[in-house]
Amino acid sequence: MSSAAPDRGPLGAALAWVQDRIGWEGIAHLAEKKQVPIHRYTIYYYLGGMALFLFLVQVATGILLLLYYRPSASEAFESVQYIMAEVPFGWLIRSIHSWGANIFVGVIVAHMLSVFFLRAYRAPREMTWITGALLLFLALGFGFSGYLLPWNTLAFFATKVGTDVPAQLPGLGPLLSRILRGGSDVTGATLSRFYGIHVAILPAITTVLLGAHVVLVQQKGMSVPLSVESKKYRTMKFVPDFLLRDAVGWLVAVGLLAALAAFFPWELGVKADPFSPAPAGIRPEWYFLSMFQGLKYLPAEIAGVPGEMVGVLFFGLVGAVLVLVPLLDRRASRGLPSPWWNRLAVLALIGALVLTILALRPPPGAAP
Amino acid sequence: METATTEYSRRRWLTFLLGTSLGATLVSFLYPVLRYLVPPETSEPSLSEVELDVKASDIAPNSGRIVPFSGKPVILFRTAAGELRALTATCTHLACTVQYRGDRSDIWCACHNGVYDTNGTNISGPPPRPLTRLDVAVRGEKIVIRRA
Repeated sequence: MSSAAPDRGPLGAALAWVQDRIGWEGIAHLAEKKQVPIHRYTIYYYLGGMALFLFLVQVATGILLLLYYRPSASEAFESVQYIMAEVPFGWLIRSIHSWGANIFVGVIVAHMLSVFFLRAYRAPREMTWITGALLLFLALGFGFSGYLLPWNTLAFFATKVGTDVPAQLPGLGPLLSRILRGGSDVTGATLSRFYGIHVAILPAITTVLLGAHVVLVQQKGMSVPLSVESKKYRTMKFVPDFLLRDAVGWLVAVGLLAALAAFFPWELGVKADPFSPAPAGIRPEWYFLSMFQGLKYLPAEIAGVPGEMVGVLFFGLVGAVLVLVPLLDRRASRGLPSPWWNRLAVLALIGALVLTILALRPPPGAAP
Repeated sequence: METATTEYSRRRWLTFLLGTSLGATLVSFLYPVLRYLVPPETSEPSLSEVELDVKASDIAPNSGRIVPFSGKPVILFRTAAGELRALTATCTHLACTVQYRGDRSDIWCACHNGVYDTNGTNISGPPPRPLTRLDVAVRGEKIVIRRA
């Protein structure tokens, strides 16, 4: 990483020339200085890097899919069919993108849970958590908008429901729903909009927030759990010791994605028909299942307020609490344990898990 | 010292002018963008009557199908007793399209398990309102749907 010596030949000289002009020393110094604490929870430090890697896999496969995909109601389904059936390795690229999206959400949820239970969000790392929580919502937005793009029946009705959810909010809700749909119904206009959201708007916002998130992690260094902080612990250099271990994980992830794509290619389903009924057994991607199931159990009215409005406001409240955890948990910032937050989180996790399992049961009496 | 005070208030006045100008400029940029995001109201031909390309005899008792009615799905079904009926097919809960269930002679939404009876009344599950009834008439062999 040190600047090349003058006697390294023409290549070394060229490298030195470039390094002098881009101020390489600063970056090299940062990389040299970065340390990773070693303790019994060190393994959780790998989740952030894994999430970043899987995000880059999504970017790469997503760009490749753009070369064949056509965002219109009359061509979208056929173009994905073409990618899956005709384009050499098209099935691989699309299946990795779909599998990768699901595993990515799983990894960032695991990353968030480990940061939560280790209290890594406590002062001075509140902003890192807040940017991370917002990135989780962006990832869900990517999942939701990307789900519609193949224009199949499942996606069509999932989008009808999903874009009707904000319409339940009092005040600006219906307008928000119209903006999302590009009209009063889910049509080809919605597909165009979701395409723009998925490949331009969300990536732009994500780039900024992800940049901030990663810079903040460098600024403040790795957090050490409260239980370890007071003790003596060793550290390892990020470059190359930790980075090489990261790389092993990434290699395993690529292998897993390729195997999943090869053995379980992602289904395409049936082309969306706006004039067919929602099929029995319809359900969204796994990370929306708990919300989906919750909406089934809400009665039409709760204390005079429409049930689905109560549900949507509740989801909003949960989201807001999630973003603001570091500001609400004052004990953690003073270096004290906050067991009530653990209990609340475990309760929420059990609730989400039970609802998810209930949603996975076979559908009730389907139509003939 | 008097000069300094004048300088100071003059600076504040200039900062105020600069700030409001920048603010106004920003608003003039953002307003069209925000308006652009809201799609225009489509002037769809809001028909009050549609003659379907469906024969009355095509719909067996205790069965139904979805037909388009001025851009929206409508469920056309024949009750077990043999009466032809039409209801809006957009579930009043979260906008999925409903279907006729022959085994229970009711109307069911697969998305969140909402159930309506053959009058369109919401009878179980999350739907908050009934489906809207439309008039059905048979003109010759063709079925005609009309806003009630």
